[in-house]
Amino acid sequence: MATASVATHDTAHDHHDHEHHDNFVTKYIFSTDHKMIGKQFLITGIFWALIGGLLSVLFRLQLGFPDMNLEWLRPLLGGWITETGQLDQTFYLALVTMHGTIMVFFVLTAGLSGTFSNFLIPLQIGARDMASGFMNMLSYWFFFVSSVIMFISLFIKTGPAGGGWVVYPPLSALEQAIPGSGLGMTLWLVAMTFFIASSLLGGINYITTVINLRTKGMSFSRLPLTIWAFFLTAVIGLLSFPVLFAAALLLVFDRSFGTSFYLSDIYIGGEALPNTGGSPVLYQHLFWFLGHPEVYIVLLPALGITSEVIATNSRKPIFGYKAMIISMLGITILSFIVWAHHMFVSGMNPFLGSIFMFLTLIIAIPSAVKVFNYLTTLWRGNLIFTPAMLFSIGLVSFFISGGLTGIFLGNSAIDIQLHDTYFVVAHFHLVMGSASFFGLVAGVYHWFPKMFGRMMDARLGYVHFWLTFVGVYMVFFPMHYIGIAGFPRRYYSWTGFEFSNMYTDLNMFVSVAAIITFAAQFIFLFNFFYSMYRGRKASSNPWRSTTLEWTTPIVPGHGNWPGEIPTVYRWPYDYSKPGAEEDFIPQTVPLSATPESNLPHEQEQVKTEMEIIKDESEALVANEAKES
Amino acid sequence: MYGFLIAVGVVLLLSIVWMVYRIQTLVSVVKGSDKKIASGSNKVNAFLFLVFLVAVGGLMFWYSIKEFDNYQLPIASEHGVVTDRLFWITMAVTGVIFIITHILLFVFPYKYQYKEDRKASFYPENNKLEVIWTTVPALVLTVLVITGWMAWSDITAPAPENAHVVELMGYQFAWDIRYPGQDKVLGDNDYRLTSAINPMGIDFTDQKSVDDFPSPKVVIPKGEPVLFKIRARDVLHSVFAPHMRLKMDAVPGMPTRFWFVPNKTTAEMRAELKNPDFNYEIACTEICGRGHNAMRRVIEVVEPAEYQKWLTEQKTFLQMNPALAEGIEVEVKEVAEIQ
Repeated sequence: MATASVATHDTAHDHHDHEHHDNFVTKYIFSTDHKMIGKQFLITGIFWALIGGLLSVLFRLQLGFPDMNLEWLRPLLGGWITETGQLDQTFYLALVTMHGTIMVFFVLTAGLSGTFSNFLIPLQIGARDMASGFMNMLSYWFFFVSSVIMFISLFIKTGPAGGGWVVYPPLSALEQAIPGSGLGMTLWLVAMTFFIASSLLGGINYITTVINLRTKGMSFSRLPLTIWAFFLTAVIGLLSFPVLFAAALLLVFDRSFGTSFYLSDIYIGGEALPNTGGSPVLYQHLFWFLGHPEVYIVLLPALGITSEVIATNSRKPIFGYKAMIISMLGITILSFIVWAHHMFVSGMNPFLGSIFMFLTLIIAIPSAVKVFNYLTTLWRGNLIFTPAMLFSIGLVSFFISGGLTGIFLGNSAIDIQLHDTYFVVAHFHLVMGSASFFGLVAGVYHWFPKMFGRMMDARLGYVHFWLTFVGVYMVFFPMHYIGIAGFPRRYYSWTGFEFSNMYTDLNMFVSVAAIITFAAQFIFLFNFFYSMYRGRKASSNPWRSTTLEWTTPIVPGHGNWPGEIPTVYRWPYDYSKPGAEEDFIPQTVPLSATPESNLPHEQEQVKTEMEIIKDESEALVANEAKES
Repeated sequence: MYGFLIAVGVVLLLSIVWMVYRIQTLVSVVKGSDKKIASGSNKVNAFLFLVFLVAVGGLMFWYSIKEFDNYQLPIASEHGVVTDRLFWITMAVTGVIFIITHILLFVFPYKYQYKEDRKASFYPENNKLEVIWTTVPALVLTVLVITGWMAWSDITAPAPENAHVVELMGYQFAWDIRYPGQDKVLGDNDYRLTSAINPMGIDFTDQKSVDDFPSPKVVIPKGEPVLFKIRARDVLHSVFAPHMRLKMDAVPGMPTRFWFVPNKTTAEMRAELKNPDFNYEIACTEICGRGHNAMRRVIEVVEPAEYQKWLTEQKTFLQMNPALAEGIEVEVKEVAEIQ
């Protein structure tokens, strides 16, 4: 057994010893190297984050300053600025729709999972590359095609899709209902189809790689929590994205081929449509069967990154490693059976509502366990506030704030009033939007040295963190008040109603905070691109971390490790172990080399470990003898 | 000219920021602080967490208390009292957790900030703790779920027999309102019968629709059950009556309903709020297109006696527009004329 695996490592070794002569195209464009693909996802994700953020600033201008003359935006928006200098109402809806679509799918799914699953899985489990480099490349390029199509849809004459990011039919199915449901919606569906294909290609690869390509000694119980998170995320994606595909496909049929999956009894534009027997609620079930797991698709990787960053910078093992894995497994399973809590007042059977209320509130338990474990990890640590650490602590704060409001919304009786108000907007922007975004940023700060061999500037990182952290709270916390007061979502203006004819000052405050927060992201952008070329050179293990990626060369080449892939002898969280000289012991250090710090049960493992090492070196000698 | 001056100012400002940044970097290199594990910024960041806790926490509490009367809408239905109580109970429970966890989350960074001479304690697991913080939230959530479930079952139970029926039909971009008239039963409707003069697609060959009448506002009696029968003609809409704590989607092809008991008349609420212009309102909360934010209707809650009087004063569809009677059978026409 040991011999066989050493032999395979050896052939790989031979293969990777040669200098690879990539030309520009194979290195930077059609690359099959997981690190380059990860960076491609990251850069594309950053691009989309800017677009998505910019769209939100545009509609915040309308909500915060409804009387402002937006004539100065005409060069950018053209006909979408009305003659009186206002934002067009239909375009406002398109803005919120595209903001949601872009942020959820293109930034927090592709930009987060795509970047870090690709970049970290092979590095942290000790693999040369993904199971299929080609599929991985395909995954990025499907995403790229999807991005191009979605981007084009922003510029067409009838405007991009405008029925909300959930694109509920019949609104999204009927061009007569809203102009965005014409070509814009067609492009949305085509783009999402490519996106789903990209996610599936990526997900299959992540799962296969984690199961099959772990290095010697890297058992599942020694995987860093990042990898557990990416693995479970990929599983969720693989099981739920096809359902979104089905929903989209049926919508395509309804739109273009006259079927009636979602359409029934409709009179619009002066004529009665022939469709009967369809159900718009069916679409909602299908959509949320992806839509809810999607929340965890964006959140779990962020939580995984946070676990890693908090443990490293607390100089402490993550508290409750097993409990963390069990709660992630729990979240994975439960995420599939809570979807209808988005539909308490959709007209579905109220009995279903009761069932889904029970299931929904259960999912709060593993989430609570995770929070308590993070807090205990911080307790009696020796905390170093790198920018990544700051963002991770920020993430935990958002996760608590946004998670707790989920307990209101998961309760169907309370949800009657809060559904589709700004309370929901506040809830998911904190728990899913901002938390995942902070996870993404923490990951970039933490692994930037591995990606580019240079350090990002820490001071700019601190400024970026504090502006963003305070900014996000100033944007989303006031929305709770607006929501409790009953302000509905996706309203161009609230002044038409007496109950919502107030809080203009609060909305103005939110808009100003949003603009400042958005502007603060340019500090990050500058830091990112400047440091890429001019940042301080990184050392090989700048955060003094235990995981495998820091055993590679500072900038790992093709194949990641120039020689043998290192063997793993311990779990990834041996920080501040009593008796050890340093406050961290890398995973590659054998237990037999650290008798002074071994725990009693580890001391017993030393014997088996010694045998394995002996077997291995014999095999190595034999191999070398054969070659010469 | 001003634009030019502003541009120069911005450029100058940026270059100063840039210089400061470069000097800082160089100084830190000279001092060798970039080689240290934790520089002076570590203390600053740790302290800022405390500042954040106090400042932003204080701001939240101050504003929450100051604005309470503004964001807490008055309640005008019986079940609204129940759901609001649940809301504030949940707020109390989650509020306590929110405060405790955030104090820990921001005090720990200050207390356990990096010190060279200290080593973090190796504390990888404690199953007893895990069990505690799994079961305690589970128990708390069970209580919340069960109370919520009881309220939900009551609210969504079938409407009482004697409920006053009002039909609300959403379309782009308004609500049409229909009352069943004396027979207390709504007549049939078919979307294919919709036309400019019959926007609700009412089937007037059905006897039951003869006495149905429209209304520009929803008028309902206080203290008696009211059943909203909700449907949509084109896309999804959602009936939202914030003071009634009522919300239900209007779905084309699938009629929905919501029943409730209003417990304050419009006049009473006006007196209570000292606002003579106050009105209960209906809004749309499911995105439906350009005019989504303009689907307003007024609900007027009146005393039961007044309601009965109002009912008798209304004109039926057929009385208001005799053209609707075209093509329907003679007997039905006669009935319509008598009424």
